[in-house]
Amino acid sequence: MNDKKWIVLGLVVFFAIVLFPVWYNRGKAAPAPEVWLSDTAKAAETCVKPLEDIRRNHMHLLDQWRDTVSREGKRVFVAWNDKEYYPGLTTTCLGCHEDKAKFCDRCHNYASVSPYCWDCHINPKEMNYGKK
Amino acid sequence: MERSRRSFLKIAGLTALGVCAKPVADVWAASAEHGASPQGRFVVGDKALTAKHWAMVIDTRQFESAEDLEPIIEVCHKVHNVPNLTVERHEIKWIWEEEFEHAFPMKENRYLNERVKDLPFLVLCNHCENPPCVRACPTKATFKRASDGVVLMDFHRCIGCRFCMAACPYGARSFNFRDPRPFIAEVTTEFPTRMKGVVEKCNFCAERLAVGKMPACVEVSNGALAFGDLDDPASDVRQLLKENFTIRRKQSLGTEPSVYYIV
Ligand code: HEC
Ligand code: HEC
Ligand code: HEC
Repeated sequence: MNDKKWIVLGLVVFFAIVLFPVWYNRGKAAPAPEVWLSDTAKAAETCVKPLEDIRRNHMHLLDQWRDTVSREGKRVFVAWNDKEYYPGLTTTCLGCHEDKAKFCDRCHNYASVSPYCWDCHINPKEMNYGKK
Repeated sequence: MERSRRSFLKIAGLTALGVCAKPVADVWAASAEHGASPQGRFVVGDKALTAKHWAMVIDTRQFESAEDLEPIIEVCHKVHNVPNLTVERHEIKWIWEEEFEHAFPMKENRYLNERVKDLPFLVLCNHCENPPCVRACPTKATFKRASDGVVLMDFHRCIGCRFCMAACPYGARSFNFRDPRPFIAEVTTEFPTRMKGVVEKCNFCAERLAVGKMPACVEVSNGALAFGDLDDPASDVRQLLKENFTIRRKQSLGTEPSVYYIV
């Protein structure tokens, strides 16, 4: 039974390693990024849905837009406040929010989502392709 | 206690059912909310051009050489961000030129009229009444729109299996073997590009019809291409069909193309 000191030392090292990440990150929860609003959006004041709803459900809205446009050919979206929008990702969402990197991506990076939409849909600020 | 074991079990069973029903009902209520959000509705624009059956008549008498077709092909490929891939296997085309004997293989006589023999023909998706591509598609990514007969693709659903390409007798569909973006000379922001792994083809400019514009090819053709409602006896296309003898591609297959040619 004279291995006691080795066992204690082993436990100390073990807990030091296991708990290191907790200690290292203590009190440093990544702060949620601030939402950046373009001047166009500020001037428009409202989104295509009420704020709470667009924040939670914009992905469902986009799916709805996508299906209605591609399959039913209805290309006018009448919002809850009777404003009319063209249901388009590049033209409408980015037309108002303007900068995908500052608006969509900043929040998506924080939430760790990366929609594949931009493989096809165009971000006008990122047109470094097409030079061939 | 008066209660029999039988009635106790009945009550216990009903209670269990009630306890289970609540969460299930909640889930159903929540998923109903997701699907159809009550806020906002969709309508067809006031300016949209509509028809029961869109069709095209190509007056090939107005064309003399490939140069006459070039601007038509160019404008289509430009507004739809069609890449210019020169390797034949990788080529993407929505509208292109073809020799008579390839466009109309069942109408090829041994000694063809000289004009027709040398004339390039404009070919595109025929937007068939009985589209074989639609029957082949396992995901319903390609479908015939019920309202106007246009054969469309929902690019979001395309899994790139290429059954539609095998099914199409006109070679009207192209597959993106490569990322098309580096090969688009001038990007149009109004229309999305495609990505590696999806099929694409002509959409009769559905995105333009929806906002009241004629298809781009028709617009630049100086009247050589007519576009209208086949089901409307007063339409341009019906008038042309009445006054001229027309042919369609591979009619014997029974696909009933909506693109007619005056030769
Ligand atoms: C394979 C390429 C591709 C991908 C990936 C893709 N789209 Fe699309 N999308 C298109 C094309 C092509 C259209 C047709 C545009 C038209 O008919 O005007 C379209 C149309 C749309 C439209 C309506 C019109 C417009 O111009 O925006 C919406 C909304 C849309 N897509 C949303 C999405 C969303 C959200 C995603 C990601 C989850 C996505 N799409 C991914 C190719 C794609
Ligand atoms: C006409 C301009 C306009 C258009 C078009 C628009 N938005 Fe907005 N959006 C706004 C404004 C303004 C706000 C802030 C609303 C507020 O504070 O009440 C906002 C807020 C948002 C938010 C919430 C940000 C937060 O504070 O958490 C999201 C997400 C969003 N928009 C996504 C979209 C998407 C996706 C589309 C396309 C479907 C879109 N927006 C189209 C103007 C617009
Ligand atoms: C305030 C934060 C925020 C902003 C701003 C925001 N999003 Fe999102 N978005 C999210 C979150 C969080 C999710 C993931 C939700 C989930 O997974 O349930 C998401 C998901 C999505 C999805 C679905 C992704 C998938 O993989 O299914 C799409 C598409 C999308 N966002 C588009 C946009 C576009 C376009 C914009 C800019 C116009 C935008 N979002 C701006 C927070 C945001």
